[in-house]
Amino acid sequence: MLDKNGIAQRIAKEVKDGYYVNLGIGIPTLVANFVRDDIEVEFQSENGILGMGPFPLEGEEDADLINAGKQTITALPGASFFDSALSFGMIRGQHVDLTILGAMEVAENGDIANWKIPGKMVKGMGGAMDLVASAENIIVAMMHTNKAGKSKLLKKCTLPLTGVACVTKIVTNLAVIEVTKEGFKLLERAPGVSVEEITEATEGKLIVEGDIPEMKL
Amino acid sequence: MIRKTVANVKDALQGVEDGMTFMLGGFGLSGIPENAISELVHLNVKKLTCISNNAGVDDFGLGRLLKKKQIDKMISSYVGENDEFESQMLSEELEVELIPQGTLAARCQAAQQGYPAMYTPAGYGTEVSQFKETREFDGKMYVLEKAFKADFAFVKAWKGDKAGNLIFKGTARNFNPLMCGAAKVTVAEVEELVEPGELDPNQIHIPGIFVQRIFEGKDYEKRIEKRTVRKK
Repeated sequence: MLDKNGIAQRIAKEVKDGYYVNLGIGIPTLVANFVRDDIEVEFQSENGILGMGPFPLEGEEDADLINAGKQTITALPGASFFDSALSFGMIRGQHVDLTILGAMEVAENGDIANWKIPGKMVKGMGGAMDLVASAENIIVAMMHTNKAGKSKLLKKCTLPLTGVACVTKIVTNLAVIEVTKEGFKLLERAPGVSVEEITEATEGKLIVEGDIPEMKL
Repeated sequence: MIRKTVANVKDALQGVEDGMTFMLGGFGLSGIPENAISELVHLNVKKLTCISNNAGVDDFGLGRLLKKKQIDKMISSYVGENDEFESQMLSEELEVELIPQGTLAARCQAAQQGYPAMYTPAGYGTEVSQFKETREFDGKMYVLEKAFKADFAFVKAWKGDKAGNLIFKGTARNFNPLMCGAAKVTVAEVEELVEPGELDPNQIHIPGIFVQRIFEGKDYEKRIEKRTVRKK
């Protein structure tokens, strides 16, 4: 079974040379720590920077330089700043190659819910609805089950949707899963996790074809 | 050169009244019009509708207006960092319209540039697109979203000149340029106000035509919401 860093490490393998990547808050943010350093990748933060770098050194933080999670960051050589319309223009216009975000629920048709729990959590969708409505390559990073042990990979989402039929891949603490027209297709198992355990933890339709390899990190 | 300068924040906010709709720039606490917000708190105008990506924190930014119950309605994309906001929203004292961040930007820009509305894929099939016109283009579904209408836009820039030309810094740019000229009156506050000619015309982000009033702000706190650093 993987921890949050393990999930991020596995997703980092999906980041290819020449990609512009948008990372959501939470586990997705960790992905930047695991991307190979022999490839050229730029991270976009939708509040207005391409070429986002690591956190600043102590004492060098700048209130005018933050990411979408409102954390202080740095700008790498080659970085650029832009307004929010241009930022979502590059998202809507599909210039960003890969979007990685967290979710509360994903349905077997690729629907995603990650912004609202009615009556409990009403913080807003931020840029998530724009990202999932436009991106062609959307990877969800999340735990396979919620804190109550219930599956987050469902036949149909129960929470208000963020986007419809948009998720392409899911990486959880248990598995790598592709979203296909027929349902969730199991691609890889996390180290030490059996196909049975994954089936047990998946409420939606899980397609298992042949031997499922253990993922390599 | 057409001069846009006003003496101070008091003059800049002439005409502000109860019941008006305001646009306020900023993302989180970055690039918020601190001086204009302080003056709105001082003027104690009420029943406001505020269009702003976020709602500040409990004691800073728009949180200060919320605390004094000056705001009746917020139009935002993310309001997670404000307990006062949450309690007013859950008790229904405060009306809240949550909309996608890119849609917020596009509706500001549409108002600025004279588009009555535009289609976006964001929110299609979700509760955001309920009761809105939708349409298919090339096999994909889009939602029709209308341009905002506002009485005042309050924006913050890094540098400006007396003709109202503006330059923004870093990610403090965000929604600020899109709100310029998107309301009946645009008030720009800047950290440094210079003479015309001192800014390189090649570097100007927003031309003065979009700005009616400009002044040099004072006492910027520029608070950091989440200080994340690496050890030296």
